[in-house]
Amino acid sequence: MSQTVKTEQDQPIGKTFSFMFVFKRYPIIPALCLLPVIICGIFGPLFYPHDPTMMNLGSALKPPAFLPGGEFSYFLGTDHMGRDLLSRLIEGARISLLISVFGVLLSGLIGCSLGMLAGYMGGKADEVIMRVVDAQMSIPAILLTILLAAALGVGVTTIIVAISVVFWTGYARVIRGETVSLKQREFVVLAKVTGCSKARILIRHIFPNLISTITVLATLQLGRAILIEASITFLGVGLQPPDTAWGLMISEGRMYMATAWWIPTFAGLAIMATVLGSNLMGDWLRDKFDPKLRQL
Amino acid sequence: MAPVLEIKSLVKHFLFVTDGVILRKYKMLKAVDGVSFSVDKGACFGIAGESGSGKTTISRLILLLEKITSGKILYEGKDISKLARKDILWYRMRVQTIFQDAASSLNPRMRVRDIVSEPLEVQLGKTLTKKEIMERTEEMIRLVGLPTDKLANYPHELSGGQKQRVAIAKAVILHPALVILDEPVSALDVSIRAQILNLLSDIQAQQDLTYLIIAHDLAMLQHVTTDIGVMYLGKIVETGKTENVFNEPLHPYTKALFAAVPWPVPGRVKKAPSLKGEIGNPLDPPSGCRFHQRCEYAKRICREAEPLLVETRPGHSVACHKINEPLWRAS
Repeated sequence: MSQTVKTEQDQPIGKTFSFMFVFKRYPIIPALCLLPVIICGIFGPLFYPHDPTMMNLGSALKPPAFLPGGEFSYFLGTDHMGRDLLSRLIEGARISLLISVFGVLLSGLIGCSLGMLAGYMGGKADEVIMRVVDAQMSIPAILLTILLAAALGVGVTTIIVAISVVFWTGYARVIRGETVSLKQREFVVLAKVTGCSKARILIRHIFPNLISTITVLATLQLGRAILIEASITFLGVGLQPPDTAWGLMISEGRMYMATAWWIPTFAGLAIMATVLGSNLMGDWLRDKFDPKLRQL
Repeated sequence: MAPVLEIKSLVKHFLFVTDGVILRKYKMLKAVDGVSFSVDKGACFGIAGESGSGKTTISRLILLLEKITSGKILYEGKDISKLARKDILWYRMRVQTIFQDAASSLNPRMRVRDIVSEPLEVQLGKTLTKKEIMERTEEMIRLVGLPTDKLANYPHELSGGQKQRVAIAKAVILHPALVILDEPVSALDVSIRAQILNLLSDIQAQQDLTYLIIAHDLAMLQHVTTDIGVMYLGKIVETGKTENVFNEPLHPYTKALFAAVPWPVPGRVKKAPSLKGEIGNPLDPPSGCRFHQRCEYAKRICREAEPLLVETRPGHSVACHKINEPLWRAS
């Protein structure tokens, strides 16, 4: 009769439940922060409780449902114009997502191409591009965005352009460094020996090896983009009142802080959760892609 | 036979900033300092030497990865530093290389199929159809002894020996004339080295290739090469047919190198002493014969005059005052 001896190794890994294991393996917290924003951003109009821009002065400054005087139909309360805050929060996610995603994509496109060019070509091209990066990095991001927004006029496109102009330097620096180190690798030298053109080496050999770095950078930049968008909107050079944006909700609710704290607070929490989620997601991706940090 | 590759007093100096911020001080690193040799068609020329002797710089110069300081490299009689753009592409088809570290020679983000077929696509993509490229890739992967289902794998899914086989397939798929092997087996397990060396010599016989092997493993070089050149601090100190050089090494440095190889011969007594000290500093090479500080036969002339590479007997040249002086006296 054979008797199975149970050892530690016999236990299937999946059965030994451990919180740390699950959290390291899957990006649960970042997903919890980001998924609602993404869902609201894409499908928002399908489930607004109210029209986010519909004013109803009769029900202005209603507190959230869980406070005395609150109504269930205005779950997070209303602002000074009687607009439903939950609906406005959902609508704000759309704008934030749109601006941050396109801003990050456009800045990534500019930054990565210039970074790869500087790193691979070296010499004069490298000098010029990197000095421009250094010069621009010495100007505070928020100041530069305000200047650009003021110069180009307000609107969604303007903010996207302004964010791209501010952010491309971050990509260019990191991508240049990575490209310089990839350039020395044997497979790139071999590609040259085989007769590959510079364009082919950059596209087929260097770019695929940068994708993980770019993904991590882009995820981290997403949070910063949302912060910048909210900041300049709050300061009054971003989106303007008929639009709905989180930064706008904070700036409008600022005056009512003492009497109706819920107007700026929920928008602020939404910004915080999104930025936190994108930062945590970036960290998680970095740990996953970087073999030196990978443990599981 | 006509030489495939001729190297004529090749010099490569690197400029290094040693000191100073505004008024910079430069020093010249003489990585390759007047090297001449020629490689015949179908031969297997080995370059031996310690690290820092300039072996790899020579290969990088032949591969057009560095600019020549002076001297000439002739490929089939053409000066490669004067090739036109179109001819450079042609030259890149004729001369291929295999590096020591197969793991970093293969793009980690490309499948084996794309790695092996890339040279064909780049060089002959306009004349061959996709199907022909695929057929030749499969043929090549079978030739290097890998099953064709490995074509769909990524490099990290292969073992060290398999990676080197893929690197070989990629290098020979264009049927080049000359393949430069820079330490082709030193990163591999001893058990796999022989397999890879046999594969290389099979391919050489089959495709009529010429090899230039750069290595420090003398036992391996004796086994596979037909000619050999021994380098010391950017110069060739001894060169000739492999059997001549190995049977009767003349230069004290070659003797010392060979004495350091643990040949498995019972009862063998070490004849030459092992080398004293370190290889000289290439930024500030010793005067005269570069080996004189470590040479037990060094005399005054060795410190003062640089010995020339002289053919002491057919197919065997050496650059050493001790060997060459009696010859001069006699003539």
